Amino acid sequence: MYRILEKEQLNASVFRMVIEAPSVARKAEAGQFIILRTDENGERIPLTVADYDRERGSVTIVFSAVGATTIRLSSMSQGESLQDFVGPLGTPTETEGLSRVCIVSGGVGAAIAYPVAKKLASMGCCVHSVVGFRSRELVVLEKEFEAVSDRFLPCSDDGTWGEKALVTNVLQGLLEAGEKYDRVITIGPLPMMKYVSLVTKRFSVPTVASMNPIMIDGTGMCGGCRLTVGGVTKFACVDGPEFDAHLVDFDEAIARSSTYREFEGHAREQACNLFLGEGNV
Amino acid sequence: MKKTRQPMPEQEAQVRRHNFDEVALGYTPEMAVLEAERCLQCKNPLCVAGCPVGIDIPGFIQKVKLGEFEEAFRIIDAQSSLPAVCGRVCPQESQCEGKCICGVKGEPIAIGRLERFVADTHYAQSTEKIVPPTPNGHKVAVIGSGPAGLTCAGELARRGYEVTVFEALHKAGGVLVYGIPEFRLPKRIVEREIEQLRALGVKIEVNTVIGKTYSVEELMKEMGFEAVFIGTGAGLPRFLEIEGENLKGVYSANEFLTRINLMKAYREDSSTPVLHARRVAVVGGGNVAMDAARSALRLGAEKVYIVYRRSLEELPARREEVEHAVQEGVELMLLNNPVKVLGDDKGFVKALRCVRMELGEPDASGRRAPKEIPDSEFDLECDSVIIAIGTSPNPLMKNTTKGLEVNRRGGIVVAEQTGKTSLEGVYAGGDAVMGAATVILAMGAGKNAAASIDRFLS
Repeated sequence: MYRILEKEQLNASVFRMVIEAPSVARKAEAGQFIILRTDENGERIPLTVADYDRERGSVTIVFSAVGATTIRLSSMSQGESLQDFVGPLGTPTETEGLSRVCIVSGGVGAAIAYPVAKKLASMGCCVHSVVGFRSRELVVLEKEFEAVSDRFLPCSDDGTWGEKALVTNVLQGLLEAGEKYDRVITIGPLPMMKYVSLVTKRFSVPTVASMNPIMIDGTGMCGGCRLTVGGVTKFACVDGPEFDAHLVDFDEAIARSSTYREFEGHAREQACNLFLGEGNV
Repeated sequence: MKKTRQPMPEQEAQVRRHNFDEVALGYTPEMAVLEAERCLQCKNPLCVAGCPVGIDIPGFIQKVKLGEFEEAFRIIDAQSSLPAVCGRVCPQESQCEGKCICGVKGEPIAIGRLERFVADTHYAQSTEKIVPPTPNGHKVAVIGSGPAGLTCAGELARRGYEVTVFEALHKAGGVLVYGIPEFRLPKRIVEREIEQLRALGVKIEVNTVIGKTYSVEELMKEMGFEAVFIGTGAGLPRFLEIEGENLKGVYSANEFLTRINLMKAYREDSSTPVLHARRVAVVGGGNVAMDAARSALRLGAEKVYIVYRRSLEELPARREEVEHAVQEGVELMLLNNPVKVLGDDKGFVKALRCVRMELGEPDASGRRAPKEIPDSEFDLECDSVIIAIGTSPNPLMKNTTKGLEVNRRGGIVVAEQTGKTSLEGVYAGGDAVMGAATVILAMGAGKNAAASIDRFLS
């Protein structure tokens, strides 16, 4: 069993958990993901590795309690154990040879982008971080992110945190001002990554997007996580999860991500009633 | 001598199409004895030659005839470690029963049904405790807990090896658990077989992806395993590569069946969703296509079609499976080839565009090659499409194991006699080598590799 060693609430709906999983911690790298089940009847959900501690044998996950399973997960306490926790899956973020990178992240994606920024910074790479949230109360890992960034550019939809702008506006401003990057790495909601990709395409900056589609096994067996990249079908679980953003068919990925919306709405409602009490989320 | 076999009691087609319970109910002891009495007890039994694991078929049938069911079990158990599974899912008509001399002028002996009866009877009555053999001090790792891996593990454990089976999913059993539906192979049977292995001392590590969590090299150099058996199956689904294949409602058979079988998406208490489509088109004609079609019916579909580009004669699924599917209401749309999946304005499937086919001259496989009939396109209204056109070996082992040789199709290259791969101490078998084949062939390969590993380490 995979014990919850630490649990911390980062904002109203985002949680950070440190899970005891020595065999996963041994090899985990930024950019990879794990699959977990909370309990015997639970679904398998993929979550990106947010951090790891090889000596302690632990892996950190950060998630937003927005679906039935993440709500159930958020209701679990330190000391309790997850039913299943498997990984590390997918390929690590490619960082070799990078000297100037702009990381553009949004929402809970910022928590996943942080270890990438940290790794790049530790390699001596110049890191610019554009981080966006809807509003100040949703901000997570602000200090941590700032500490590893050569330039830290916060923004929010409502102007309560940093610049009142979308991450794409900020990114565009940087590029228009003549900033040059070896690569832009974008992690966040699909529509955000789509528009980041459109901006960087105009400026011909190589861009990588971290995809997080619906998945079951995570080993290439089901093909549920397939997406079109450069006209070719790829499996996010084994070929990704990171892809050349300029080649990803985001519209298709956005459509596919809503396959179970009806089911999810119902399941979410049930989970809210079960684990949180009414009107709590 | 009766020319026809004892019929198998079954759930009524109109009842079973609404539930996931097992379709075939099994022989009673009386039926089994009557069926066993039909066996001619050939001096030179062809059925045995047709069995990939060489079970003494006339031998066990003779015991059934005498009512000595436990004795019959001992005879099967000497050669096969999963009789309750094989009695249900082996393609007997092309193996033992296909060779049975009684089949020339009448129906062959129902060997599979008798095997199932013997295994079920044994498990229902037996109270014996399995005693693990004395350890011989050697450690072997088995990668994958499907039929090849389980058989290899069982054979080695009986010889005293300390065996650890590594499974990527959260539940052991491989295709027996994620692929073959409950109504054809109840999961309690698989679980019982796995319990037997545990009782023999086999360790099963789920949630462990070899190639990711540990590499083969680490297993051998750091973790003390002296030999490794790779039985990772043919898990990679093939797609049609036609327009619209990524619309919502298009599944690989692997995904659809995994949601239902492994994740139990048909049950109220499961958190895993699956689309409950009204009209379903299953593309392909193998056993997996039949499993997917019959599962779709059980989820409540009004219409389920099998879309297959050749004719009934070429349909690769077992006859019994096709008959069961048709009885339950699955419609065979033969000589049709899908060309495009059409979607509605929300991105969900609304139809499968097909073109009608006719058969031409035999192709390289000896089957008559299907040709398109010009201007014969039509749209088959459906809200889900399930692609069941086969699978390839998963490239994960190849990509993460230096020096492991694979063939053009991605199958691991092994010496046929021994199952030995290009790496010292590493053996492989089952679908990971052959591409999608059968449970019993995988078991045969697992058994064979276990014998080779035993020779290698003694």
